[in-house]
Amino acid sequence: MLAYIVRRLAQMLPTMLGVVLLLFVLFNWVGGDPAYLLAGKMANAESIANIRRQLGVDQPYWVQLGIFLRQIATLDFGLSWATGEPVGQIIATRLGPSLTVLVPLTLLETALGIALALAIASVRGSLTDRLVMVACTVGMSVSILVYIIVFQYQLAYRFGLFPVQGWGEHLGENLLRYASLPILIGLAVSIAPTLRLYRSFVLDEVGQDYVRTARAKGLGEARVMWLHVLRNAAIPILTHVMASLPSLLIGAFLLERFFGIPGIGREVILAVERSDFPVIKAITVYVALATMLVNLLTDLLYQALDPRVRLS
Amino acid sequence: MTAQHSAGLWQLAWRRLRADRWAMAALAVVLAFLLTLLLSASGLIVADWEQEVAVSFAPPGWAAAAAGSGAGAPLNDTDALLRDNPFDPLADDLRALRSELGRPDGKASLPMYGVTDPLADDLAQLRAAHGAGGTTGATGARLATLPFGADKWGHDVLKKTVKGGETSVVVGLVAALLAVALGTLLGALAGYWGGVVDALLNGLYNIFTAIPSVLMILAVAAVLQQKGVLTIVLILGLTGWTGPYRLIRAEYLKHKGREYVLAADAIGASHWRKMFVHIFPNVSHVALVQLSILVVGFIKAEVVLSFLGFGVPVGVVSWGSMLNEAQNELILGRWWQLTAAALAMAVLVTAFSLLTDALRDALDPKVKF
Repeated sequence: MLAYIVRRLAQMLPTMLGVVLLLFVLFNWVGGDPAYLLAGKMANAESIANIRRQLGVDQPYWVQLGIFLRQIATLDFGLSWATGEPVGQIIATRLGPSLTVLVPLTLLETALGIALALAIASVRGSLTDRLVMVACTVGMSVSILVYIIVFQYQLAYRFGLFPVQGWGEHLGENLLRYASLPILIGLAVSIAPTLRLYRSFVLDEVGQDYVRTARAKGLGEARVMWLHVLRNAAIPILTHVMASLPSLLIGAFLLERFFGIPGIGREVILAVERSDFPVIKAITVYVALATMLVNLLTDLLYQALDPRVRLS
Repeated sequence: MTAQHSAGLWQLAWRRLRADRWAMAALAVVLAFLLTLLLSASGLIVADWEQEVAVSFAPPGWAAAAAGSGAGAPLNDTDALLRDNPFDPLADDLRALRSELGRPDGKASLPMYGVTDPLADDLAQLRAAHGAGGTTGATGARLATLPFGADKWGHDVLKKTVKGGETSVVVGLVAALLAVALGTLLGALAGYWGGVVDALLNGLYNIFTAIPSVLMILAVAAVLQQKGVLTIVLILGLTGWTGPYRLIRAEYLKHKGREYVLAADAIGASHWRKMFVHIFPNVSHVALVQLSILVVGFIKAEVVLSFLGFGVPVGVVSWGSMLNEAQNELILGRWWQLTAAALAMAVLVTAFSLLTDALRDALDPKVKF
């Protein structure tokens, strides 16, 4: 077990190095000279040279790469070009609001997705099943932007059921007052693809022999579905939930932007708008790291859930 | 040449597809969209979408008639729209301000802080001249209603939607073609050669999948800076190749040991010939399904990118830029541009998704017909 973890961690190193190299090529080479951007419109040669020296972009590329590697090793990504805040502090303060939306959203989505998938799978092939699947396809085809614009307008602006946007100081206030509409919209957007996927996972299981056996020995349909089928369908469902976690952190950027939630996703959009390269680089490195660690964790959980899976 | 006796994969797939009424309906919708796209791209229709044919925010004809508000006054229920939001901390102040403005001498009550408008006389003259000239000027000929309303500048929303669809669908199609071509090429190389090539390309795949695609797209958008249809095609195409790569690589691994490839080897076919003339036709259905999945994903991505302002440049209209405008219009009660763009996109994407599902089922060789 330990040897497996160590080996997997060692395998991450070249990938991480590749990510770093990709980011370096993207931002230091393709991205062009940041000094002109930072110096503003009334720049003179002296101030540009000054900024170049401060950022280290007057050095040869291999020295710049060294600087970037040292930044990653010490997890100190310097200061934001736009606000002058330390990048580490920016990320630390933006993580909380993002999680306030994402944790309830993921929990609700998974629970609702499983319940609906089991219900739909037990009437598979019926008219209800077909209609729900068509409804899911239509629901997935409407742009997330339309969901957000219409829900925000109708529920918050017209009916005043929720605040149009904003963010408070306390977790409880944020969760109950400000995050509830974003969570609702996130749920409305994600339930269609989730339901389709989970339904296919459940349908893969209901044809198995053990399900027939369970029915043959006289178990009720509810018990068969919720206990026997769910336990086996839980493995791909878990993989799916885990795999989508890191990208969700960024993926909620539209919700965060529309509702003024000071989270990671909105920070990425702001950084792209302001060409704030250190923030984008840092967030990308962290998210790539998180993705790889979560993948490892998923594989470990896999084995804990399914004794047939052998880690090699 | 003798006639073929046994139907090939494509013939079988087409037969299965034709038996599926849903799939044929979806195919018809998709083809109708593509035809509209071709016509608008060649300038045969909607070439004049930029003409300001109607008054600003002219409502759809049927909606204006239904509301009974008449043509000239598009929306007079601003009071209803400006209702209080219980969460607004400034609600009391706003109400006070509004009641002040609502007084008969509303204009006079606005404090001017002793500043006189230096352009007041000029403006009064201009207004008088405009009034004297009557409404025969540029604005006079404008229509009060349109079949699906007008936007801020008086463009026909229907034509704008067709033009915007052209941009969105072209971006989706070309980017998906690029991504699938790249994924197929790399997947074929990795699967066919194995060994070092495979290890290197898998490393590249691991790097690209370690970064969530949304973040990747935004990072590239931040670096490239210049907006343009080509830029957005490149961003989506160069970041979207991982899905096709994985599947095509698996197919090539499976196929390279098959007898027909060994036979091709025996008659002296070159590696390229084996890879792309012999094996590729047998795995092309995977590429086709991937292509249609990516088209849907990329149309959605283009809409979001353009909405955020990282996509199409100013002056080019796409469904995303329409939604961006429509977001602010909705608060003023002008819902038609939002509805037109959202509806057009939803219909196309639904049809494309249904077609993709049907295509996947039809091309599955395990299903016997």
